[in-house]
Amino acid sequence: MFEDLRDLYQEVIFDHNRNPRNFRVIENASRAVEGFNPLCGDRLTLYLNIVSGVIEDASFQGSGCAISTASVSLMTEIIKGKTESEAEALFSQFHTMTTSEGEVDLEAVGKLAVLAGVKDYPARVKCATLAWHTLDTALKNEGQTSISTE
Amino acid sequence: MSAVDVARIRNDFPILTQKIREKPLIYLDNAASSQKPVSVIDAISNNYRLDYANIHRGVHTLSQRSTDGFEGAREKVRAFLNAESVKEIIFVRGATEGINLIAQSYGRSTLGQDDEIIITTMEHHANIVPWQMLCEQTGARLRVVPMTERGELILDDYESLFNSRTRLVSVAHMSNALGTINPIAKMIKTAHSHNVPVVLDGAQAAPHMVTDVRALDCDFYVFSGHKLYGPAGIGVLYGKQALLESMPPYQGGGDMIRKVSFQETEYNDLPYKFEAGTPAIADVIGLGAAIDYVTGIGLDNIAAYEDDLLRYATEQVNHISGLRIIGEAAQKGAILSFVLEGVHPHDIGTLLDSVGIAIRAGHHCAMPVMDFYQVPATARASFAMYNTEQEIDTLVSALKELIKVFR
Repeated sequence: MFEDLRDLYQEVIFDHNRNPRNFRVIENASRAVEGFNPLCGDRLTLYLNIVSGVIEDASFQGSGCAISTASVSLMTEIIKGKTESEAEALFSQFHTMTTSEGEVDLEAVGKLAVLAGVKDYPARVKCATLAWHTLDTALKNEGQTSISTE
Repeated sequence: MSAVDVARIRNDFPILTQKIREKPLIYLDNAASSQKPVSVIDAISNNYRLDYANIHRGVHTLSQRSTDGFEGAREKVRAFLNAESVKEIIFVRGATEGINLIAQSYGRSTLGQDDEIIITTMEHHANIVPWQMLCEQTGARLRVVPMTERGELILDDYESLFNSRTRLVSVAHMSNALGTINPIAKMIKTAHSHNVPVVLDGAQAAPHMVTDVRALDCDFYVFSGHKLYGPAGIGVLYGKQALLESMPPYQGGGDMIRKVSFQETEYNDLPYKFEAGTPAIADVIGLGAAIDYVTGIGLDNIAAYEDDLLRYATEQVNHISGLRIIGEAAQKGAILSFVLEGVHPHDIGTLLDSVGIAIRAGHHCAMPVMDFYQVPATARASFAMYNTEQEIDTLVSALKELIKVFR
């Protein structure tokens, strides 16, 4: 019945929505930032453990739609072991992939490519990018504890 | 046999004949905004094609025609609300501007430090934020009537909120997020026994039931044209004449004055005192056409038909496992708000759209209601007189299918 949506809802997204990875709290995390999309009520807290500029651990808690849950779940997987600047570069790639026609390094984005479909659903782009804006805030502003996408 | 001939009604709405993603459009987002019959579209278009000019004061023919159409629409609104006089009918941009006008004109000139305004848990942001702004300006306080899990106001608690500082009550006639129709007649009686005036937010109720402001004895009533099958950007504020006369103007400008010099300005009479600047002339005329359309069918007939639709939809979705209806008041308008276990409302909205069904997913500008039910958002199907049981069947089977995809 929903064949038209296969580009948007790929099996990987359902998988991460059903079984989100790194869905836990990191005690004594070096960064904990809350991301909130007031438009749809998506709310997540991102936890990072950064040691000497490297993201040693990443996790999240919260609730959202399948797109936002899969996006944050995939993100926590891919940024683990990356340096802060590598994670920032990935954010920039992800942003390009979901919001514009610009060229994207498919190898760099890896599994995140399953979220490229949101580009055709303007109302859903923020669902996919919430996790990354939260990460961006966590990396750039050591003291800040929450962001809102509106 | 229903008094509403739905096939004929559907023929009057050009937009409904189209396909969305190759499926017939099923429009179930009427509580956000309803579609327009051809008579409304024609009324707007004909004003611009044949009769358009600025209204009032013009000595030429077109100005007279537009003025007649504009003031004719005011009389239609008066009759629609059963107001006593056209002086009590103020054209505004919508229910939101109507409430802001009351807050800034009536509220600001009468409320002071520690005075209290009563609203309810189920209000739309448009009936919360203007009062919060007024509270910031005056030092007044908001008091909030609680509700039950079913989405019904707790009237005992409402009554106990009144005290010597209570200055105003503002309540939704019908809730946009829950569908609850509030016991406003009783609430108005209570307020008046404390000499407190009552504002009714009629944005949801106006398209779905007969409104008689004199029978209700409400002091103010606001509604929007666009939910009443009329144009967006136009709405109505009804106020009792004595109250409106006592209030200072909301905005200054042309049309709201009688005499201007640099020393002083004499304001115009009602209703013009509150209508500064050139209004949305064609849209007011379009609103008049919308009122003709719904009164032609009969609001009682519309209400009965929509009640049947809501009852049918409620029965059907009750068979869906994991579906929880948000808002189960005994008195309810044609709004079905729900959450589905394991499927976020936004995903429901996108999936339904892919099969041509338009619903709303989100907080419906009622975040306190979402907090009350501890849900981030709901999916909301809202029905109008052009919807059918077949459309509800399609919605229900699509919901059953999408659960399979998600689980």
